[in-house]
Amino acid sequence: MKKNWPLWEIFIRSKNGLSHKHVGSLHASDAQMAIENARDVYTRRSEGVSIWVVESKHITASSPDQTGSLFDPADDKVYRHPTFYHLPDEVKHI
Amino acid sequence: MSDNQLTKHFQDQIDQEVKIEPKDWMPEGYRQMLIRQISQHAHSEVIGMLPEGNWISRAPSLRRKVALLAKVQDEAGHGLYLYSAAETLGIDRDELIAQLHQGKAKYSSIFNYPSLTWADMGAIGWLVDGAAIMNQVMLTRTSYGPYARAMVRICKEESFHQRQGYEILLTLVRGSEDQKAMAQDSLNRWWWPALMMFGPNDEDSVHTQQSMAWKIKRKTNDELRQQFIDATVPQADYLGLKVPDPDLKWNDERGHYDFGPIDWDEFWQVVKGYGPCNRQRMRDHIAAHEEGAWVREAALAYAEKRAARLETAVA
Repeated sequence: MKKNWPLWEIFIRSKNGLSHKHVGSLHASDAQMAIENARDVYTRRSEGVSIWVVESKHITASSPDQTGSLFDPADDKVYRHPTFYHLPDEVKHI
Repeated sequence: MSDNQLTKHFQDQIDQEVKIEPKDWMPEGYRQMLIRQISQHAHSEVIGMLPEGNWISRAPSLRRKVALLAKVQDEAGHGLYLYSAAETLGIDRDELIAQLHQGKAKYSSIFNYPSLTWADMGAIGWLVDGAAIMNQVMLTRTSYGPYARAMVRICKEESFHQRQGYEILLTLVRGSEDQKAMAQDSLNRWWWPALMMFGPNDEDSVHTQQSMAWKIKRKTNDELRQQFIDATVPQADYLGLKVPDPDLKWNDERGHYDFGPIDWDEFWQVVKGYGPCNRQRMRDHIAAHEEGAWVREAALAYAEKRAARLETAVA
């Protein structure tokens, strides 16, 4: 049986202080190769200072069918926002 | 590289405002100082839920109740962001909680004061969150990346906390004489402990100098305290409440308010465990942790059982 290289998700930190951000994926035989390939595929113009690789099968994603029920509990909670509270304009720094 | 070279490179990065990230080399002292500070910060968020949780079921209206619930939920979330940031330094969650329970890790002393009246929900939001925000806005620029990022998220979410507190007091001072008196009493009790939140005076603070050199802190305790007083006194004036400090007065020359001496004996008593609620807070946290143990164990057992079942199905 033909065995393919697994798929890896690639995350790049563009500079210290910022989070790693997902940039795409690639195939590699192991984690070390995934980092080297990611260096060549995603950072040829100095886009990064750090790379994370995660084998795609290890990522569990929320289901698009459930987007509504998963997130709508936050929709009717306007009181989580600062604008919900009425303060006079004269009151500063708050 | 030798340790000396590594230390120099590290300090150069700090001086050039390059953030330090988890895998970067860092001096052991920096790591330890961060673990101490971030865990103390995380514990404060979590213990901070207790004095407010006390009032959720007794909030005077549904509007106040949902706001208070949302605030307490945020504090739980903020504790989680901070525990995760601490864990990037190579310490795990269980150890952090154990240090809290053994009294090796502290939390902000302010939460060792009782919340006696509804007005305290106003004063806590306005003053305690106000003081915390001063400190946290500074920490969005701290030198350790994961801590700085947690702070950005927290500050964004927290802006409503202070506003809801101020709104509570604004409503009370526009109410009956009794309500206004309740607001004043609350300010009287929370003002000084809120000023103590910034920690000892600079000359008595053992960590400040090193913390500033490493840019973990970017302003000293006294600078932040002054900034808080300058921002808060006009807010008290607007409420028509009197700040309980006979020495408080605007100093034109300095461009700041002058204020009276802080009772540091009280501060140290509370830090050492003799505040009004220290034992109660710790007892409640330990009880919640122990009573929740079966939930953590059951979830793990369920996950293991499912994994085993899946394995059998595949085989």
